[in-house]
Amino acid sequence: MAATRPGSGATSELAASVGLTDDDLIGMYRVIATARAVDERMWVLNRAGRIPFVISGQGHEGAQAAIAWPLERKKDWIAPFYRSIATCLAFGMQARDILTAQYAKAIDLSSGGRQMPGHYGNVANNLVSLSSPVATQMLHAVGIALAAKIRKTGQVAMTSMGEGSSNQGDVHEGLNFAAIHKLPFILCVENNGYAISVPVERQLATPNVADRASGYGIPGVIVDGADVLGCYTAAKEAVDRARRGDGPTLIEAKVIRLTAHSSDDQQTKYRSAEELAGLTANDPLPRFRAQLKEAGVLTDELESQIAAEVKKDIDEATDFAENAADPDPSTAMQWVFAEQWPGETPPAWGFGGSHGTEGHEGDKSAAEGAVD
Amino acid sequence: MALKTFIEAIRETMAEEMRRDEAVIIMGEDVGLKGGVFLATDGLFGEFGGDRVIDTPLTESQIIGTSIGAAMNGLRPIAEIQFADFIHPAFNQLVSEAARMRYRSNNGFGVPMTVRAPYGGGVHGALYHSQSVEAFFAHVPGLKVVIPSTPYDAAGLLRSSVRDDDPVLFFEHKKMYRSVRGDVPGGDYLVPLGKAAITHPGTQITVIAYGLMAHYALEAADVVAEEGISVEVVDLRTLRPLDKETVLSSVKKTGKCLVVYEDNRFLGYGAEICSIVAEEAFDYLDGPVTRIAGPDVPGVPYNHVLEDWFMVNPEKIADGIRKLAAY
Repeated sequence: MAATRPGSGATSELAASVGLTDDDLIGMYRVIATARAVDERMWVLNRAGRIPFVISGQGHEGAQAAIAWPLERKKDWIAPFYRSIATCLAFGMQARDILTAQYAKAIDLSSGGRQMPGHYGNVANNLVSLSSPVATQMLHAVGIALAAKIRKTGQVAMTSMGEGSSNQGDVHEGLNFAAIHKLPFILCVENNGYAISVPVERQLATPNVADRASGYGIPGVIVDGADVLGCYTAAKEAVDRARRGDGPTLIEAKVIRLTAHSSDDQQTKYRSAEELAGLTANDPLPRFRAQLKEAGVLTDELESQIAAEVKKDIDEATDFAENAADPDPSTAMQWVFAEQWPGETPPAWGFGGSHGTEGHEGDKSAAEGAVD
Repeated sequence: MALKTFIEAIRETMAEEMRRDEAVIIMGEDVGLKGGVFLATDGLFGEFGGDRVIDTPLTESQIIGTSIGAAMNGLRPIAEIQFADFIHPAFNQLVSEAARMRYRSNNGFGVPMTVRAPYGGGVHGALYHSQSVEAFFAHVPGLKVVIPSTPYDAAGLLRSSVRDDDPVLFFEHKKMYRSVRGDVPGGDYLVPLGKAAITHPGTQITVIAYGLMAHYALEAADVVAEEGISVEVVDLRTLRPLDKETVLSSVKKTGKCLVVYEDNRFLGYGAEICSIVAEEAFDYLDGPVTRIAGPDVPGVPYNHVLEDWFMVNPEKIADGIRKLAAY
């Protein structure tokens, strides 16, 4: 079978089977490959002492790209979580936006260097700013969906989180409210089996998070997170349902966590070597690549071309982020509110201080004891 | 001018804001047909319908969290927490989310949301229907905290709060809902956030108060005036941002400062006022910066004798003024 060329609008049997074009499939593949490559770069930079902290999405990328795909960029909303690199890339962020966040530079689109890496979100892409207390974003997405319904904008709001976060009370309160009002809302739980070190058996009394959906009278759908097109199909159905006004859906994607929880975690303390070795069988990247090749959508040539483009993109983004300016302390009291308040007292030491990289470069404390 | 109760001023202002701007919605427990347990939203469900006056489940975190989300997608929610005592399940949403959204997104997102909650004791509300919670939230940069004391200010400050682009906590002393009346002019006037008012000019002692205590401070000022003590009462109106200028210029004039608050004394909001006065008006002080505040017990007890013991009142404030005047 002859491979389709990007931009040709061709539709292979595989693409047609899920109502997409080959460009969509290649687009998803590119997001997944970029997310993986950015993620791997982050770890290299961390271990080289260039960036203090990494929190990773490796293993989640297939589900993330596919589930974000049916949502409309710059119209619909996503409240992501800290592993959502592929989600953010699928929704409009670029590798450069991820890497400037890793370096916490002034130009960082998500927070201007104020937040830890992994807290992606920016208004230009309708990606909600994220905090660290888990699952708080649940209610923001539900509120966005409520506003969409009241304002009749036709928007859909989705949030994603791990199965660990799904145990928080805000998730219950949000699902209940979204279901009562049939809000255009989707909860995507990316279940990788661990809340840092605590395995899923000690987090859930039922085998699946999706089992809880029946308690809210909404569909709970389980998908294999390595089956990219299966994830897409489930998400498409949920988006259509939400857009029709039929209410929320809970999608649970069974994914794998290929890395430690973060650069400060040593997962060999709680995961066996056998378990870690077996993970690659469910890695979405090689699986999707093989599927696309078998369907004739991706050739060796196109694969190499995409790999080279992704590498170039990430190399340039790394250099850009490395050389970008740090935020200036004179800006540190800005944007507490929309306007300046003279009543807020600046610190006794003013706004001076080192503007250099001293302080975190060469600081190995973040990586201490973390060997994955 | 029309004479209105405190709660009438609040209710009518919400109705006017909802007529003026269809982005304004109300969300809370029993705010719909019932019109709220204090009837603050009475009649609004009938006028604006269930899409804009939303009865929620008993889920305070959801009330605040979905208001934050709705505010980010074009609405201006007024969230009602039935009693300030019940706001704590939403503490995370207020402190970790609403307060930090603008700062953490480097001005990408804002949360134009007003959270109304009745607070305060002296109404036989016991431990869980009497609390003053302003200190928890005034501590957090990114939250504005407003406590009006008159119907005029309630209307003007509520308008400013609803139209503000950042989260405002608007605490209403429940004992004042029907006991306090005042003139409220028609028309679309604003009382700006962050501006205190001198409600009783005087020369010898500055008494700083807010909410119900602003009334009690006025009563105490009248009592001690007969004894020849001239008191200047500053009603803060907005706790954060604080109108430091009015506070400090009054203290610099009188040389003495008494801070009054109903909340527990230890680390209460007034402690910060004392600290600012001590730091920034030291050269002008002619006596210790003092406080009259609620006792440090975990709540207002129910029995009326115990409740009376807990509550700050004009007599207790007058005693504090006399002691300070003796310096």
